[in-house]
Amino acid sequence: MTKSSDAQSAPTFTIVHPDQSSGTPSTPKNVPYKGGAVNPSVATLRTQFGAAILRHDVVWNETTVFVERAKVADVCAWLQSEPAESYEYLSDVTAVEYRDHVRPIEVVWHLRSIKYRRFLRLKAELPKDGKTPLSVPSVWSVWKGADWLERECYDMFGITFEGHPDLRRILMWEQYKEGFPLRKDFPMRGRFSRSEQLKQALAANPEARYSMEELSIADAFEDLPVDMRKRIGGGGKTGE
Amino acid sequence: MAATKTIEVALSTTGMTAEGKPLRIPLGAEGLMRAPLGIEPELEGEHMLINIGPQHPATHGVLRLVLELDGETVVRCIPHVGYLHCGFEKIGEYRQYNQIIPWTDREDYLNSMGNNVAYVLGAERLFGVEITPRCTVLRVIAMELSRIISHLVWLGTTCIDIGAFTPFLWSFQERENVYKLLEAWTGARLTTSGTRVGGMIADIPDGWVEGLRGFLDRFPKTLDQVDRMLTKNAIWVGRTVGLGVMSPQEALNYGLSGPMLRASGVAYDVRKDFPYLDYETYDFDVPVGTNGDVYDRFLVRQEELRQSVRILEQALKRLPDGPVDVDDPRVILPPKSKATSEMESMIHHFKLVMEGPRPPIGETYVPVESPKGEKGYYFVSDGTAKPVRWRIRPPSYVNLSAISKMAEGHLLSDVIAINASIDIVMGEIDR
Repeated sequence: MTKSSDAQSAPTFTIVHPDQSSGTPSTPKNVPYKGGAVNPSVATLRTQFGAAILRHDVVWNETTVFVERAKVADVCAWLQSEPAESYEYLSDVTAVEYRDHVRPIEVVWHLRSIKYRRFLRLKAELPKDGKTPLSVPSVWSVWKGADWLERECYDMFGITFEGHPDLRRILMWEQYKEGFPLRKDFPMRGRFSRSEQLKQALAANPEARYSMEELSIADAFEDLPVDMRKRIGGGGKTGE
Repeated sequence: MAATKTIEVALSTTGMTAEGKPLRIPLGAEGLMRAPLGIEPELEGEHMLINIGPQHPATHGVLRLVLELDGETVVRCIPHVGYLHCGFEKIGEYRQYNQIIPWTDREDYLNSMGNNVAYVLGAERLFGVEITPRCTVLRVIAMELSRIISHLVWLGTTCIDIGAFTPFLWSFQERENVYKLLEAWTGARLTTSGTRVGGMIADIPDGWVEGLRGFLDRFPKTLDQVDRMLTKNAIWVGRTVGLGVMSPQEALNYGLSGPMLRASGVAYDVRKDFPYLDYETYDFDVPVGTNGDVYDRFLVRQEELRQSVRILEQALKRLPDGPVDVDDPRVILPPKSKATSEMESMIHHFKLVMEGPRPPIGETYVPVESPKGEKGYYFVSDGTAKPVRWRIRPPSYVNLSAISKMAEGHLLSDVIAINASIDIVMGEIDR
C-alpha cells in the first residue's frame, strides 16, 4: 500500500475549521419555553408530504414534527436525500411511553443536518388501544446507523420496525420472558421474583444464545467429514 | 567446530538430517509423523467459528465477538452486547432529577465528570435555568479534563492491545494526576457526581488552579514523548494503517461520531457546530483525518489531547469570580446555615429534597461532544418531579455497531486493533 509509506514520512491529517458558510453558531441563551423559531424544514415537509405531516410543536427551541406512522420511512428518505434539507446524520431512535393509559406511545427520531446546522425531531404515535400494531417502518435502508438503535427500541419497548433485516433483542438475552423493560406496565424490579429469576438463570441453556446468523455458520458442522465431526464433538456437550 | 553444530541441530530437532534438511518420511509409514493416510479432510473452503469474549482483555469490558474465519481472514463478525445491562433508563424514571446524576457517572465511567455536565445541561434546558459565568467556565474545565482522562485510557489500552507497553505507563501516570485534581474537587476519582441542576457540587478548593497549571505545564511533554514513540514508529504504523477504513459517506451513514467520524474526514464537532458552555468563544482546532483508518483515529485523538490543553489554558485565564450556583429557588437549596435557623428556608430545603424540583411539561435533547462522540441526554417531562423518559444517546454503542463493517476482510489479529480504535466503554453501551 502506498498509504503506509506516506504515513511514515508525515502524519496524514489536516486541521480544518468547520465551514462558516451558514453563520457562526453560538451557545443558545435564554431559550424560550414555547414560541421559539420553527425549523424551516417543517414548511417544505408540509408542501412535499401534505396530510402525512400531522402537526408540529416547538418546545425549548426544538422543533418536533408528528408524522403519520406509515410515512416515516418515506419522509426520512426524502429528508436525507434532498439537497436543500440534507439530514445526513441520524442521532437517535427511541420511544416514549407516558404515565397515562390513553396517551399513545411515541417513536422518536432525532435527525441532524450537519451542512445546515439543523436539528429536527420526528415523532410517530402508536395508540395503546390494543388494536393498532406497535410497528413503524424501519429507516435502516436510509441510515445504517439505525440498525442497533432500532433493535434496542424493539428490545425495550416491543415496537416492531418493519423492514429491519435482523430485528432481535440486543441488550436483553434472546430467551428473556419478562416482556419489554421500558414499558410503563413493567415493574422496576422485573416481573419475576428473585427466586424465579435465579431458577431461570440456572436452567438456561447458554448455547441457545446463538443468533440465527451464527447458527447458519454452525450448520457447516453437518457438512464436515465424519471423523472430523467425531473429533470436534468428542468432548460432549459444553456449557452445561 | 562445524561438526559439533550439526550434531546439536540433529539432536534438538527431530525429523531433520544432520545437514539440517527435513527428513522425508512418507505419510502413514512407521515413523515420527503418523498421520491417517488418505482420510485427512480437505479444509479448503471450510470456515471456522471462533468466539472472543465476553471475558477477554482485548474486548475492553464484556463485549463478545463471534467471528467466522476463512483461514485467518475474518469473513463475518457478529458482536454481542448486553452483558452489563443495568437498566439505567428505567431506574431514572423512578428518580428525581438530581438523584439521576450518580447514574451518569457509571455509564461512561472514563468520562464521569463530562457525563455529569452533559446531564445537567439537558436538565437545565428543561428547567429553563441559566447558569452563572463561573459555573460555565468550571464546567468547561471539567469536560476537558475528562476528555484528557478518556483519551489517555484509550491510548494506554490500545498500546497494550497492539503490543506497546511504555506509552501505557506514561498515559496512566498522567491520568492519575488528573484524578488527583478531580478528587480534590469532588472527593471521588471515578464516581464524581460533580454537578447539580443549576450549579456544581462545590467550588474548586484553594490551590486547585495552581495544581491544574502544573499539570498543563507537564502534560504536553508526555504527549511529545508519546508522539516520538508512536507516530513514526514502523511497527505502530504497520499495525494500524489501512485497517477498518470508513469513507466519509459510510461514516455518516453508520452514525459514527466523535474521533471516529473526524478520522474519516468529516469535520463535525458538537463544540463547533452546536456549541454549549460558550465553546464558540474558545480558540481551538478540530483535527480531521483523511483515510479513516485506525492510524488516523490515533492521530485525531492525539491532537485532541493537545487542543484540550489549549482550551484548559484559556479557561484558566478567564475563570471569573462570583457564585457557582445559580440564584434560583426552584432548583438550588438554601444555604445550610439558613436551613437550620430560619423556618422558611427549612421548609424550602425540605420540599426541594423530599419532593424534588419540578420542570414544566416538555422535552429536550442537548448533545455534547463527549470523548467518544456525540452524547446527548433526551428528557421528557410531564410536569412531575421525575422524568417520564430519560434517554442516553450512547456514542460508543452506535460506533460499535459498525464493527462488522470495519472488521470483515481483515486478519484476526487486526480485529483487536480495530476494536481498540473504536474506544468503547461497555458501561455506556449496555447501560
